[in-house]
Amino acid sequence: MADKHIDEISGVETTGHEWDGIRELNNPMPRWWVWTFYATILWALGYTILYPAWPLVSDATRGALGYSSRADLAADVEGAKIATGDIVEKIANASVDEILADQQLSQFATAGGAAAFRVNCTPCHGTGAAGGKGYPNLNDDEWLWGGDVNAIYQSVAHGIRDSVDPDTRVSEMPAFADMLKPEEIRQVSSYVVSLTGTPHDPSLVEAGRQLFADNCISCHGEKAEGNRDMGAPNLGDAIWLKVRDEAEIAKQIQSPRHGVMPAWATRLGDATVKQLAVYVHSLGGGE
Amino acid sequence: MNYVSETILLAVGTFLALLGAAYAYDNLFASHMWVLFFVLLVSTVVMLRKISFAPAGQASKSRAESEYLDEVIKYGVIATVFWGVVGFLVGVVVALQLAFPDLNIEPWFNFGRVRPLHTSAVIFAFGGNALIATSFYVVQRTCRARLFGGNLAWFVFWGYQLFIVMAATGYLLGITQSREYAEPEWYVDIWLTIVWVAYLLVFLGTILKRKEPHIYVANWFYLGFIVTIAMLHVVNNLAVPVSFLGVKSYSAFAGVQDALTQWWYGHNAVGFFLTAGFLGMMYYFVPKQVNRPVYSYRLSIIHFWALIFMYIWAGPHHLHYTALPDWAQTLGMVFSIMLWMPSWGGMINGLMTLSGAWDKIRTDPIVRMMVMAIAFYGMATFEGPMMSVKAVNSLSHYTDWTIGHVHSGALGWNGMITFGAIYYLTPKLWNRRRLYSLQLVNWHFWLATLGIVVYAAVMWVAGVQQGLMWREYDDQGFLVYSFAESVAAMLPYYVLRAVGGAMFLTGALLMAFNVTMTILGYERQETVSGAAPALQPAE
Repeated sequence: MADKHIDEISGVETTGHEWDGIRELNNPMPRWWVWTFYATILWALGYTILYPAWPLVSDATRGALGYSSRADLAADVEGAKIATGDIVEKIANASVDEILADQQLSQFATAGGAAAFRVNCTPCHGTGAAGGKGYPNLNDDEWLWGGDVNAIYQSVAHGIRDSVDPDTRVSEMPAFADMLKPEEIRQVSSYVVSLTGTPHDPSLVEAGRQLFADNCISCHGEKAEGNRDMGAPNLGDAIWLKVRDEAEIAKQIQSPRHGVMPAWATRLGDATVKQLAVYVHSLGGGE
Repeated sequence: MNYVSETILLAVGTFLALLGAAYAYDNLFASHMWVLFFVLLVSTVVMLRKISFAPAGQASKSRAESEYLDEVIKYGVIATVFWGVVGFLVGVVVALQLAFPDLNIEPWFNFGRVRPLHTSAVIFAFGGNALIATSFYVVQRTCRARLFGGNLAWFVFWGYQLFIVMAATGYLLGITQSREYAEPEWYVDIWLTIVWVAYLLVFLGTILKRKEPHIYVANWFYLGFIVTIAMLHVVNNLAVPVSFLGVKSYSAFAGVQDALTQWWYGHNAVGFFLTAGFLGMMYYFVPKQVNRPVYSYRLSIIHFWALIFMYIWAGPHHLHYTALPDWAQTLGMVFSIMLWMPSWGGMINGLMTLSGAWDKIRTDPIVRMMVMAIAFYGMATFEGPMMSVKAVNSLSHYTDWTIGHVHSGALGWNGMITFGAIYYLTPKLWNRRRLYSLQLVNWHFWLATLGIVVYAAVMWVAGVQQGLMWREYDDQGFLVYSFAESVAAMLPYYVLRAVGGAMFLTGALLMAFNVTMTILGYERQETVSGAAPALQPAE
């Protein structure tokens, strides 16, 4: 077994061992492999001298360059602050009206609000702020709680039906399943549809008009134009937040669903909320 | 042959599973024990039907002990092919789920549950069965000794399949401890520990009773893989169960220590399961298939020890720019860099073993497959150290580049070398003159190679684009893209990724057909491009 053996094809000596017909040549390790291996080890040693690396009893070596990822981050954040100058501070100290009036501040706030919107708001309102079913479109002129910059600021800062914020906006359309008969709910739905389209059964509209006057105008108004103080939507336009057809309108009257938007002031800070308000105001529907 | 005690043990296990279902602390545990009960019940019935009621003397005489225990390896080859097809199929499904979210079927088949099913099926079911089967084959031949422990090898095989079934059904039921590549809960982990210790006993026992004076290099790698995986598995899964009749457990580690333990395990699962174990495979099947000596003994010994020593420290590179202290990040990075050459030692030894027989790449599609495997191994083990450099990692981390990297390694290296080994083993184990069709092997080679190239290239582009979109700031210092926009931008890449995966799956289906026909004893009349293919036994 252990006799040295020369491989005929390569002319290289084998180690003399054989396993199931497999032999091993006694070739040296390729020089480039060895030297590259040494080079990576040397580089690694050098790197560990320059950067924090070797653990000690209660600490680790700090490295000759004094690098620390936390200090690096802090410097980055500081650098970003210096780059923006005192503009963020100005925004924090100004009212949203004052920000809008100042061209420099409003430009910065619009850009900063857009960035904050991408990170925080797009999951519900979409990347283009066009919303979706149950999530309002922020590009149009339809506003549940008001479209001037102060109203938007209030909505973003304190949210809608936020479970914690005492200043949050609250409204609650009652469930009419307890107050109206199913037939009456169908009549009201027909009336509401008739304001902007054609109901399935036009004969129900007249009865629905009367029921609407008796039950709904206190919030939605005599002409169904809505009431922003209460967050009651305008039903006289074809913009719907939660419903798509007459059956869904009936369901919403029967047992309404209520959306929730969290209060952002505590999460993002007042300056960012102001920027968000300015950005949303700039989208096209701002009043 | 009677298996009386084995059958009784199975029956007791079946009864215990029933008790577990009855007294379960939570519903999930009850469901999982019902699964276990039915699996064990079927196994018990199968075992009962095998019992022959002949007098004791005759029964034991009925089978003379052959030189090698190869029957279990045949099962292993079939299991490898089966789980391979399953794992690749689930991979295509999860790829499509990412491209078309409507394919998430709640609750059992949503991405969160099917993704670990895919990773475990390919790594542990496909890769694990390949490693167990080939290691049993290789250790017997290179030690000239029958497997140690009698039927213990059968316990390892069936015990491992039970682990796979329990892990997979657990994922679909929603049972997970949320540790990547170690998702099974505590009781499945304990079972795997038992099976793994039995595996170590069989392997080590065979080496100890070898009739060769030296231990062949492939066996160093296999042994390194078995020992280290045992250590990694036990430490990473240290946990306290809420109830011994419930699924939930809490890790022994918390916070960043927990994260580091997880990635110490995760990275070395790659290092020892997918690298060291498969290098063992390469060190036997490549020299056998090309019929040439291993290129350099000295290189094999140096790169083995360097690899074993370096790999275990490289895990922290998965936690760059996290709460992990800077010093640990540095060490993870520099050890990854130093790992580059030890990894490439295996590539050099594999490729250079072909010197004097390079023409076989042209004439033998199995050799072609093995060479492609080694090439992908070389690429992945260069890419890995590169991605561990913090500056590169700050771009690549959390992106699909990582997914591409893993798949060029897993599909290219692990997949291809396993396919090569299966094509080598099948005619040998079933005593067939040759494979059913070498042309199909050729088709498999091209489908798999093109599939990997599509997959990896697409994921590179996707990952770099994601990384650049996430770090894109405007001149005022504000983020330019929302995360959702970077997701939407991935659609074409995700579709192409599924196409690449489907090509790879198609190749595997061809292999399954080819292996089946070979086992059944068919030979396809065909001419293969190039000269006479390597049909003759390699001795």
